[in-house]
Amino acid sequence: MRPLIVIRRVPKIDFMRWHLYGFAFSLALTALTIGLFFTVGLNYGIDFTGGTLIEVRVTTGPADLAAMRAKLDALRVGEPSLQGYVDKTTADCAASPPVCVLIRLPQQPGGDAAQMRVVQKTREALGPGIEYRRTEVVGPSVGSELIRAGVLATVLALGAILIYIWFRFEWQFGIGATIATLHDVVTTVGLFAIFQLEFNLTTLAAILTIAGYSINDTVVIYDRVRESMRKYRTMPFRDLINLALNETLSRTILTVSTVALAVLALLFFGGAVLRGFSIAMLWGIVIGTYSSLFIAAPLLYYVQPNRRAIARGADAGAERASR
Amino acid sequence: MLYFANWKVLLICGICALGVLLSLPNLFTPAQLAQLPSFVPHKQVALGLDLRGGSYLLLEVDVAAAQRDRLGTIIDSVRNTLRDAHIGYTGLNVEGDAITFTIREPDRIEEAKKAVGKIDPDLTVEIGSDGSGTMKFSTVATESRRRQAVEQSIEIIRRRIDETGTKEPTIQREGQNRILVQLPGVDNPEHVKALLGRTAKLSFQLVDQSVTVEDARRGRLPPGDEILPAAEEGRGSRSVASAGAYVVRKRVMVGGDTLVDAQATFQNNEPVVSFKFDTVGGKRFGDATRENVGKPFAIVLDSKVISAPVIREPILGGSGIISGSFTVQSASDLALLLRAGALPAPIQILEERTVGAELGADSIHAGAVASIVGVSLVIIFMVLFYGLFGVFADIALLFNLCLMLGALSVLGATLTLPGIAGVALTMGMAVDANVLIYERIREEVRGGRSLLSSLEAGFTRAFGTILDSHVTTLVAGILLYWLGSGPVKGFAVTLSIGVLTSLFSAILVTRLQIVTWLRRYKPKAIPL
Repeated sequence: MRPLIVIRRVPKIDFMRWHLYGFAFSLALTALTIGLFFTVGLNYGIDFTGGTLIEVRVTTGPADLAAMRAKLDALRVGEPSLQGYVDKTTADCAASPPVCVLIRLPQQPGGDAAQMRVVQKTREALGPGIEYRRTEVVGPSVGSELIRAGVLATVLALGAILIYIWFRFEWQFGIGATIATLHDVVTTVGLFAIFQLEFNLTTLAAILTIAGYSINDTVVIYDRVRESMRKYRTMPFRDLINLALNETLSRTILTVSTVALAVLALLFFGGAVLRGFSIAMLWGIVIGTYSSLFIAAPLLYYVQPNRRAIARGADAGAERASR
Repeated sequence: MLYFANWKVLLICGICALGVLLSLPNLFTPAQLAQLPSFVPHKQVALGLDLRGGSYLLLEVDVAAAQRDRLGTIIDSVRNTLRDAHIGYTGLNVEGDAITFTIREPDRIEEAKKAVGKIDPDLTVEIGSDGSGTMKFSTVATESRRRQAVEQSIEIIRRRIDETGTKEPTIQREGQNRILVQLPGVDNPEHVKALLGRTAKLSFQLVDQSVTVEDARRGRLPPGDEILPAAEEGRGSRSVASAGAYVVRKRVMVGGDTLVDAQATFQNNEPVVSFKFDTVGGKRFGDATRENVGKPFAIVLDSKVISAPVIREPILGGSGIISGSFTVQSASDLALLLRAGALPAPIQILEERTVGAELGADSIHAGAVASIVGVSLVIIFMVLFYGLFGVFADIALLFNLCLMLGALSVLGATLTLPGIAGVALTMGMAVDANVLIYERIREEVRGGRSLLSSLEAGFTRAFGTILDSHVTTLVAGILLYWLGSGPVKGFAVTLSIGVLTSLFSAILVTRLQIVTWLRRYKPKAIPL
């Protein structure tokens, strides 16, 4: 049984010719992210801000958002936000006009105890005929801890990856890989800032997975660069990078495709709860692949690893192997 | 490289078979499982609350409040001790986590230090030469109190939740002062929250009739007395209360810790709570009521007076009744709380996440559909691009799936919705190892190597890269597990397990298939 689709030839794309455009694009995207982060900010979910999220299904017909809002306004628990939604992946919420409603209530003044009373009040105000699908209440103390833990996790992940790459390669590779991964993490945050998508705990999980995936992609290419450095000791570095990128291109495309297939399945069939996660992952694998090709690899050109040291490593390895 | 020792073949097949066997129970319903013979594995993947429906509560034991309470009682002993010893003092107060005061006579500092030092061995007393003194709990004592308070709270919470009839609750300690409560199947935790939010500290104290509440509020509060508000349930008996409050003696006649039983019953068609003391409590209650016939005493719950009946005759039977405009629900709640015991410290609810059974079922369905679609797409893709070798990779992928499920079942890991996403994602990433190997083999063939040496080189050369990429993903997974919470932890678990099992299946299982194929068909060319 032979494969139906085969990439026979190694392509000869001059990636290095495009790398400055790549740098410019990425710098612009990063600047935009940082700008938006400090001006508009992220649309943090209640995991981080604290507050209440209630997902209900009205069992008596289409949801009357205005009436529900009026009932909640009467509670004086801050500005409630109500959002009817249609989710085709579930039988319960597929109806249009929507029967399912997401209710968000802001953080209540008066600490953790005050947060917890809100749900009871809401249940009493909305009355019968309502099915409570999900209730999440996060107090102020937990929210700030989760932000801290999230930032810490991301920083530690990048640090650990840097150390691992440094250990396995030369330090120059470590710098390139960290910059590329940082770029992917930052621009994923940027995606959430631009489209004001809800940024919550699962988004954070997606970002760490993206960091892992992106580094994976970069490592494969760096591995090849290192190998080529040993093989072609006199080839100009620019050509060497191009060669490594072209030789690994079919793998890069195939892998990004299989992961993308899995993520697309999650995006279209995984339901509303996983949507934010899937969007972040999809963007992350695309930007991660892009950054491996146009940032991580070209960066090596500017912080050229010591070819002699790498060649020595190869000779020593060959010697060990021949013994 | 292309030769497998027999024991290795057996080991690989054995692990795969074990994976299939351990993952099989997940295909059955619990009822069907119960009918299977006992030598068959029975463990299924435990579903997280976001999939099976249920309530997750994160509680914090307010240890500082308990300590403030304790200092509040100690301050009385300090006052009495100094007064009995006729040592002059000023500014006796609780400041933060310490009791502060100033001794007036500098030459009696040593004497004062000795006297108050006897009150509690856990306290360290320091008095400076200017007479200003502080009393603090030593760090060791504070730490052991804290631990004790958290452990006791867990025990009391367990009793309270068990009394509500919740099935299979999980109550565990989290960090230093926190307790994680998971209640499967509970879609409205308001009742549980209300029960957990109450300390339920019960005491019987005498009402001081020598002064009215108004006078006491104006600053004529007799020493050793306190003003306590009436509880909402207790509004009925207004005989000795005015302005919804009572002046009561601080000294506790009998405490709720001496109760052995409490039940909700009816008296004159009104819901009441009947209680029974243990021997010590019964005797103390009998003595106290005998000495105070004709006077009212307050039944105090969490610093609020439920009712203040007048003692008509000594109560010697060791049991009694609390009445005070209860509803049936509030009477049975109070009985439950008294039976389970008082919390050693107040509890705050920091976080609540509740998922209804309907959404849980929807999520399982959506997750399953997404995973099946995802895996199918990957399988088709691999066959399209790699033909026979793609089939090998797909077989390895299916074993990988079994191994993951089996590992999750055996480890007792919890599968959450993000966890399912982790499974789907790992399937997409797992074939990366195969892609790396196959692409490498293609390159070697293109480079003019022979069939065998291309295969060999493909596996050997790709291995380093595969290892690097797996380790980096594993790093992210471990950090997520360490710092994440709830469902995110579930994602981290499946991601990490998936990385490990895919390392095995993508490399060893695929290679074994290729070697077997080589031996049997002796092909002339690689179908890549």
